[in-house]
Amino acid sequence: MNLPDGSRHFIKSQIVNIESLEIVLIGINHRSAPVELREKLNFSKTETEQALLIMQKEPSIHEVFMVSTCNRVEVLVSTDQPEAVKKLIAAYIAAWKNVPIERFMPAVYVYTGDKAVRHLFRVTASLDSMMLGEPQILGQVKEAYRQAVDTKTTGVILNRLLHKAFSVAKRVRSETGIGGHAVSISYAAIELAKKIFDSLENKSVLLVGAGEMAELAVEHLMRSRCTGRVLVANRTFSSGMKLADQFNGTPIRFEEIPETLEAIDILISSTGSPEYVVTRHHVKPVMRRRKNRPLFFIDIAVPRDIDPAINRIANAYVYDIDDLQGVISENIKSRQQESVLAERIVDEGVMRFRCWYKNLDVVPTIVALRNKLYNIAEAELYKTLHSMDISEAEQEALKKMTEAMVNKILHDPTMFLKNPGTHRNKSTYLDLARKLFRLDPENHH
Amino acid sequence: MMSAMILIILCYMLSSSCYISFFLLQKHFLHILAFGMLAAAFILHTALLSYQYMHFGQMPVHNLHQTLSFAAWAIAGVYLLMRFRLRLKILGAYTAPLVSLILIAAFFVPQSDPLPSTVLNSIWLVVHVLIIFVGEAALALAGGTGALYLMQEHAIKSKNPRFFLKRLPSLEFLDSTGYLFIIVGFTLLTVGLVTGFVYAEKVWGRIWSWDPKEIWSVITWLIYAALLHERLVAGWRGRRAAIMAIIGLAALIFTFIGVNFLLEGHHDEFTRW
Repeated sequence: MNLPDGSRHFIKSQIVNIESLEIVLIGINHRSAPVELREKLNFSKTETEQALLIMQKEPSIHEVFMVSTCNRVEVLVSTDQPEAVKKLIAAYIAAWKNVPIERFMPAVYVYTGDKAVRHLFRVTASLDSMMLGEPQILGQVKEAYRQAVDTKTTGVILNRLLHKAFSVAKRVRSETGIGGHAVSISYAAIELAKKIFDSLENKSVLLVGAGEMAELAVEHLMRSRCTGRVLVANRTFSSGMKLADQFNGTPIRFEEIPETLEAIDILISSTGSPEYVVTRHHVKPVMRRRKNRPLFFIDIAVPRDIDPAINRIANAYVYDIDDLQGVISENIKSRQQESVLAERIVDEGVMRFRCWYKNLDVVPTIVALRNKLYNIAEAELYKTLHSMDISEAEQEALKKMTEAMVNKILHDPTMFLKNPGTHRNKSTYLDLARKLFRLDPENHH
Repeated sequence: MMSAMILIILCYMLSSSCYISFFLLQKHFLHILAFGMLAAAFILHTALLSYQYMHFGQMPVHNLHQTLSFAAWAIAGVYLLMRFRLRLKILGAYTAPLVSLILIAAFFVPQSDPLPSTVLNSIWLVVHVLIIFVGEAALALAGGTGALYLMQEHAIKSKNPRFFLKRLPSLEFLDSTGYLFIIVGFTLLTVGLVTGFVYAEKVWGRIWSWDPKEIWSVITWLIYAALLHERLVAGWRGRRAAIMAIIGLAALIFTFIGVNFLLEGHHDEFTRW
């Protein structure tokens, strides 16, 4: 049985030119803007909240989300007037931060539609970061999103978009090696330590001299559950004591270093000493007394503190700053290789999101709704007519009745979806309607 | 029986290729596949050996073909057993190919019919053979772990972490695992030798008969004893312990096969062509 063909196109022809919302992303990052500009444009948490509220009041902006880190400021909006909104937001940020607009504009990039979606996904997955694959950005975007949700400036579209961004980032992290292997000196040193010692539990550390990188390495070690003692040796005993307090450690005198070698497992050195602080002669006799338990020297000083000849002693390992740098550049290379795979995951995410977004339009939703009801009516009518012995004219009358019922049922929801009211967010209702009548296949959710 | 053997070899080889791919690609599912294949091969292998035992009414260790097959079975078994306790997955990339190779060698060694012999019917002999083989399997794994240690140590010392560093576990773990294998292997080897002596006393009326295999077994035993002693007293860890484990394994292989080709003795018939 077929329903009159015309009725299927009845609604489609009635809906014309319904403007859909466009996703627009405006931002600056470490590549588009120098640090002098970026530091001026940084929004604090409270500033972000204010900015979100003010931007939302703009009638052309339906939803807005903003993230600001030391490397980027990104504003994401859904709007029905993309062109106007771009200028509006750029001018707004420049004015707020007191940056001349002619200086600000060249650093700004604007993406719309799929390109905006892709950019957001790449940022969240750490593909756009200064240090490829660094893990902080995901947390920063999540935090910013939480703020936008609390401020109630996001709606159906951006909520969906951000959630998709998080799931893409998660997939990238778990399915590619983009976050694998250290790319900073102190992390690389600890990764090496974990390849020498099975676990860092009960391993003792001696910190020789002070220095930001060395202290960072000790901190990382302690966070990696390195639970042994921390000893600190410094030329000036008093500053060594201060540093030791910081790590809950024990200060020792500089002359005591050779005898301590027997008790420690990891030595991190960064002194300003022009000659070696620990030489082969110090280590050689100690190894026997240590029963050859491995001893790891991390030498961050330039000029070096640790005699490189120590590396030739069995079970003693020396890594200087260049060696660590070498490890890092290897790791960066492998991260870059992994990013190819990550881009593919991003592409897939963009495609999925586009699919959902396209369907969120009024016309496809109404068509899908109509089709669903007509299909049900058609099937039920067919079943009924099949088992009845009635005349052609009576059959025709029943068909007409069914059609009329479907049309009448559809009338009000159709009118509502086309125009839910001036201040209402159309996409919310479209999404609800699609969910209510289950118009999307399950895997879309 | 030949077709069963081919099937088992194929399973071991499949497991080997999965283990090697796992080593290269570091994908978890490859390890599951490799381990599963190895377990399947081992079960089939056990079934084959049991059948042979029933069929001949004696332990299937009469000729070189059978002893090789039995050794391969013991190595696979010890590896599978050790996986329940240790997370040294990567050792499979050594074990599975080793087992495959031994079994392929066994396949090409012509099989002679076993001579009906009363020598092989004593319970002492069953214990002696079983314990010695399991002990030797543990020592073979110790040698493999030692080789992994040397690779990883070279990667760290040469500061060229490109390939091995990421794929192999830590030095300390490899060292302690190798040590564990040696303790287990050495203990079983000792018990195996003692049961051998007891058995010799019963059959030939004397404990020691200057049989080349006996002499070399004791030499091998002394190498491992020295390794353990030095470790406990002088702290022979790491590189030296790894090298010693490999030397010990070389001596073991010579005792196992080499002696029979170069020298003669009463163990001869078990490894005859």
